[in-house]
Amino acid sequence: MNKKLKHVLKRTGLYALVLLIVVYVLAPYLWMVISSISTKVDLMEVPLKFIPRHPTLQNYKDMLLGTSNSTTDAASQFMHAMKNSAIVTVCVTAVSMAVGILASYAFSRFRFRFKQQTFMAILFTQMIPPIAIIIPLYMIMLRAKLLDNIWALTVVYLSFVLPFVIWIMKGYIDGIPTELEESAMIDGCGRLRSFFLIVLPVASTGLAATTIFAFIISWNEFFYALNFTSLAAKTLPVLITEFSSKYGADYILTCTSGVIASLPPVLLALIFQKYIIAGLTSGAVKG
Amino acid sequence: MSKNQGGQRHDGRPFLDRHLPQLLIAPSILIILGVLILPILYSIYLSFHEINFSSNTYQLVGLKNYIEMFQDTYYLKSISLTVYFTVITVFTEIFMGVGIALVLNQKFKGRGFVRGIMILPWALPTVVNAVMWKWIFNANYGVFNALLLKLGLIDSYQVWLGTPLSALNCMLFANIWKETPYVVLLTIAALANISPDIYEAARVDGSNVFHTFRTITLPLIKPVVLILAITKTIWALQTFDLVFILTGGGPASGTELMTFFIHKNTFKFLKFGYGSAMSYMLSMVCFVLTFIYIKVFASKED
Repeated sequence: MNKKLKHVLKRTGLYALVLLIVVYVLAPYLWMVISSISTKVDLMEVPLKFIPRHPTLQNYKDMLLGTSNSTTDAASQFMHAMKNSAIVTVCVTAVSMAVGILASYAFSRFRFRFKQQTFMAILFTQMIPPIAIIIPLYMIMLRAKLLDNIWALTVVYLSFVLPFVIWIMKGYIDGIPTELEESAMIDGCGRLRSFFLIVLPVASTGLAATTIFAFIISWNEFFYALNFTSLAAKTLPVLITEFSSKYGADYILTCTSGVIASLPPVLLALIFQKYIIAGLTSGAVKG
Repeated sequence: MSKNQGGQRHDGRPFLDRHLPQLLIAPSILIILGVLILPILYSIYLSFHEINFSSNTYQLVGLKNYIEMFQDTYYLKSISLTVYFTVITVFTEIFMGVGIALVLNQKFKGRGFVRGIMILPWALPTVVNAVMWKWIFNANYGVFNALLLKLGLIDSYQVWLGTPLSALNCMLFANIWKETPYVVLLTIAALANISPDIYEAARVDGSNVFHTFRTITLPLIKPVVLILAITKTIWALQTFDLVFILTGGGPASGTELMTFFIHKNTFKFLKFGYGSAMSYMLSMVCFVLTFIYIKVFASKED
């Protein structure tokens, strides 16, 4: 009996801890979602109601259709900023993957002079604080009249996505036995052909995980975009900050835009989390 | 580049075959040279100059910028704030992260779901995290105030972002919330490598929970924890988004972490030379940490 009681207490304690963890992780985000479907009247009430009495999707409609009659200018730029974010993210991801895979294959399979040094140098470049890159790049882009240009921003984004892709993809390719390619090459398949036809299909989980990583880190990026864009090339993360600074605070619209902007990375991460966690553990360096 | 001359000796194979690895890495190297190496070299040049934007002139000032920063009390203050922020954030993330991982490593119903939601804060854009907490900590309508009032922990609404120390701690709280789950995920993965038989054997031997943790669990997750501590330190030193959005560096410049301070001096006060010198110092600290990271990483691979 005593032993059983101890067991029950232990289980209860465990579930209490788990519940606490779940609430801690979900509550802040949930509050942002709740705020985004609330009306101003509901949120300004003291004492605050935690469940909105008049839930509405009007904020989302206004934001996505650009029909908001709010005083902030930011709402009308929302779709434009989202388009910019999408273009930059897709292009950066595509270029980084295409270029990075070739490099990671070379680092994984070949022996060549200065290989180790070059590879380590790539890791070092990834640890350079963004501010140290932003200052000189700003001077260069100012002169070249490349500020507020989404293509220039795309190139700048390669600076943190490409080293990351090389680093992770090398880990994945290292994990594929070389015998596969060797037998293909004996059969008369060229080195590069055997890579594209044999290695890449086997590494498809790694490819998927790395693509999602690259997508998430460039979609979420803020610091470069803040300094290198002003209007035409403004991305979503930059716009989100403007609901509450430039035009006076509108917290409901901020929450609405925040939820929308977080959906692509959050959904991708939730759907592909098995791959992502495997990628994180196989030597991922970016937090 | 000297790399292109190296590699295999001439053996009659066509050029493309002989230099295949160099050709494969060439596009990546060119991009990295263009967007990382050249800018960082240019910033050394900038750091020895004073730049006047109105006349567009560069004046060579030698080490002046480097000397100035150690006499700049605001910069020294931002360093100490950054150290405080980094130490607390890294320690708390690691302790909480490992703790949560140990709980989630137990067997219970809905474990997959609970582990799954850990990825949410990690995937959230830093900007969204910052605006979210700014709204939560809002003095008049914030849910943090409402919650504490309901629990009877405060008598009236507090201005959480109103005093330097309180604002800094709010920033820590927001950062820890976002960064801890990453530690949880990596620790869980490390724990998965430990065979349950070892624990069973320890239990049979009469080893208690703490003893088991110290002798079995800790040594096995130590490499991961070490790597996490180093990378987390590097990222914490570079924190900008949260300061910019949550507090704007205030009140009374009480939350100006280094990157924010450098950014303000460069883009607001237009001291590009000074900003370059300060960011160079920050880079050096990160390089030293990266060097340690590589040493640890190499020892883990063996």
